[in-house]
Amino acid sequence: MTDDNRPFAIRKYDAARLRDALRKMYLIRFFEEGAEDSYMRGLIHGTMHLSIGQEASAVASCMGLTDEDKITSTHRGHGHCIAKGAEVGRMFAEFFGKEEGYCHGRGGSMHIADVTKGNLGANGIVGGGLPIAVGAGLTAKRLNTGAVAICFFGDGANNEGAFHEALNMAAIWKLPVVFICENNKYGMSTSTERSTAVKNIAERAVAYAMPGHTVDGNDFSAVAETVEAAIARARAGEGPSLIENLTYRWRGHSKSDRNRYRSKQEIDEWMARDPIQRFRKELVEHAILDESEAEKVATEARQEVEAGIEFAKSGTAPRIPDLARYVYAEENA
Amino acid sequence: MNAPAKQPDADIRELSYSEAIREAMGLALERDERVVLMGEDIGVYGGAFQVTGDLVERFGADRVMDTPISELGGAGVAVGAALTGLRPIYEFQFSDFAALAMEQIVNQAAKMRYMLGGEASVPVVFRMPAGSGTGAAAQHSQSFEAWFGHVPGLKVVQPSTPEDAKGLLLAALEDPDPVVMFEHKLLYKMKGHVPEGWYTTQIGKSAIRRHGKDVTIVASAIMVHRALAAAEKLAGEGIEAEIIDLRSVRPIDGETIIGSVRKTGRLLCVYEGVRTLGIGAEISAMIAESEAFDFLDAPVLRLGGAEAPIPYNPDLEKAAVPQIPDIEAAARRLARREV
Ligand SMILES: Cc1ncc(C[n+]2csc(CCOP(=O)(O)OP(=O)(O)O)c2C)c(N)n1
Ligand SMILES: [Mg+2]
Repeated sequence: MTDDNRPFAIRKYDAARLRDALRKMYLIRFFEEGAEDSYMRGLIHGTMHLSIGQEASAVASCMGLTDEDKITSTHRGHGHCIAKGAEVGRMFAEFFGKEEGYCHGRGGSMHIADVTKGNLGANGIVGGGLPIAVGAGLTAKRLNTGAVAICFFGDGANNEGAFHEALNMAAIWKLPVVFICENNKYGMSTSTERSTAVKNIAERAVAYAMPGHTVDGNDFSAVAETVEAAIARARAGEGPSLIENLTYRWRGHSKSDRNRYRSKQEIDEWMARDPIQRFRKELVEHAILDESEAEKVATEARQEVEAGIEFAKSGTAPRIPDLARYVYAEENA
Repeated sequence: MNAPAKQPDADIRELSYSEAIREAMGLALERDERVVLMGEDIGVYGGAFQVTGDLVERFGADRVMDTPISELGGAGVAVGAALTGLRPIYEFQFSDFAALAMEQIVNQAAKMRYMLGGEASVPVVFRMPAGSGTGAAAQHSQSFEAWFGHVPGLKVVQPSTPEDAKGLLLAALEDPDPVVMFEHKLLYKMKGHVPEGWYTTQIGKSAIRRHGKDVTIVASAIMVHRALAAAEKLAGEGIEAEIIDLRSVRPIDGETIIGSVRKTGRLLCVYEGVRTLGIGAEISAMIAESEAFDFLDAPVLRLGGAEAPIPYNPDLEKAAVPQIPDIEAAARRLARREV
């Protein structure tokens, strides 16, 4: 026990890592604003799910991971992708449907992935990633790689059968998996009060004999501390954990949401708890960087996003004869 | 009637395809206390495609029920409720998510009557927004009609017009057996004449949307409209296509299709689901096995979805399913016997 009262992140990480975490949070924010803007201008089609307001959960949860560790992500997955180390240029290229994109223009926002960095992908199916993460945990255990799998999912996903089956198997086989529920109060329009029998999703951990923690998901340090401990537990062979990051999405569910299920006041209250501002203030308070350095981090992130959009615009369109490429291994060449 | 053509009568009432479905559900909720709607975000949100719209305001949250995101359980609750006296209409947010509920639809609902020797009835309706063209990529764009059509015990319909969407949904609701209705997402905004009040469209009966003597085109859902557009172009070249709107995948209307092929001697099947092992295979085989075989003047052709998941890139996505020029070219080759 030390009498160091500073937040966990400040104690645990050096200045370079903390600065990089702030950079990634800004990257997520500006990436999504850029994607939204490109969508409005008709440069991106389809739909997308923005995680603006949830940046701390994504970045802090990945602090203890290496490129060997895996994550499974969700339809709201841009933040996880950036947190796990993806380049925004290739992400934009994917959104623009270009060959340079992470999925060569076949997947788009809902399937964004960077397998080389251990991101097994966003998912169009709510709950789809849960058993897959358990599979990644099984691989890590059988092959003794020492890797862990972090499984991101939403509050809505915890009512799918896949959630319950996945947690149970991870528990009985003591697999190195950390289940992270990003509870932003709603699954589309349906509040957790209306959809979920328990108050806190972490309570469900009891049913699967694993530790459950509910944390303030907009508090970078609180998330990092809880997830780091769960990762350590998983690496030590002690099995899975369930962590619930309480957070909020500022934007609508997708591009077609009219926000009829929540109040303006609620949105404003949560916008006042901006996780990026909060983390930045903490870094300044603890003299990790000063205001002008923090501003520089933000500016550089903004520039990176702008450059990413330009990179994507100049990308190559897939060829129509390549439509069925990547369906099977033999067409992968 | 030739539904997609603009009606000249000013007093003919037009509704969109989604409004027609909503009207049918409203009539059903008014008429029969046993009817309940279930699905994800069908209440205050109005449904992902705004099909249920304001029904929750009219009938309350006890009858227009938002379920948790639990497709297997939700569909199963609808099956159990249907088995015991309710008349549930369960909306999948996208038909793709029915994959999560296959157990209850295929193993339970479809077989219950048979397994119990006719002692049980499961009058449930599953509504499925389906198809590509929205940029939603591989897990939100599929066409599963043939999958469900392969299951005895289910009935599978695919309306292409607002009038049929309402009539088939009401017929599905009156049906004592489970019915799966595929609604093409690109049709939701399409307007057309819709009669007032309660009426049903017979399940298992196709509709001839355009008469022609040179080539029969059997199309389903959005492909009906693409086939009609292609037929207009072909007419300019003196090729008269007969367009059959399949409407029902199971049971399939052999009589109408065989009758048409006997007349034209040429058959083109157009559907959005994956081409192989799909609706077109069934129709082709049906013709090969029927008296129409002797009347064939050319091989049967199928135009269907590519042997690939639906891609995100918009140009690839378009190329993945039949478009008007594809239908035009295939019908022309048939008519000129260039196959
Ligand atoms: C199996 C399945 N059911 C429904 C949907 C449609 N859908 C997409 S996201 C979503 C809400 C998910 O809520 P949650 O898990 O809380 O994640 P959030 O959107 O809040 O990040 C729904 C209903 C889907 N994609 N997959
Ligand atoms: Mg949520």
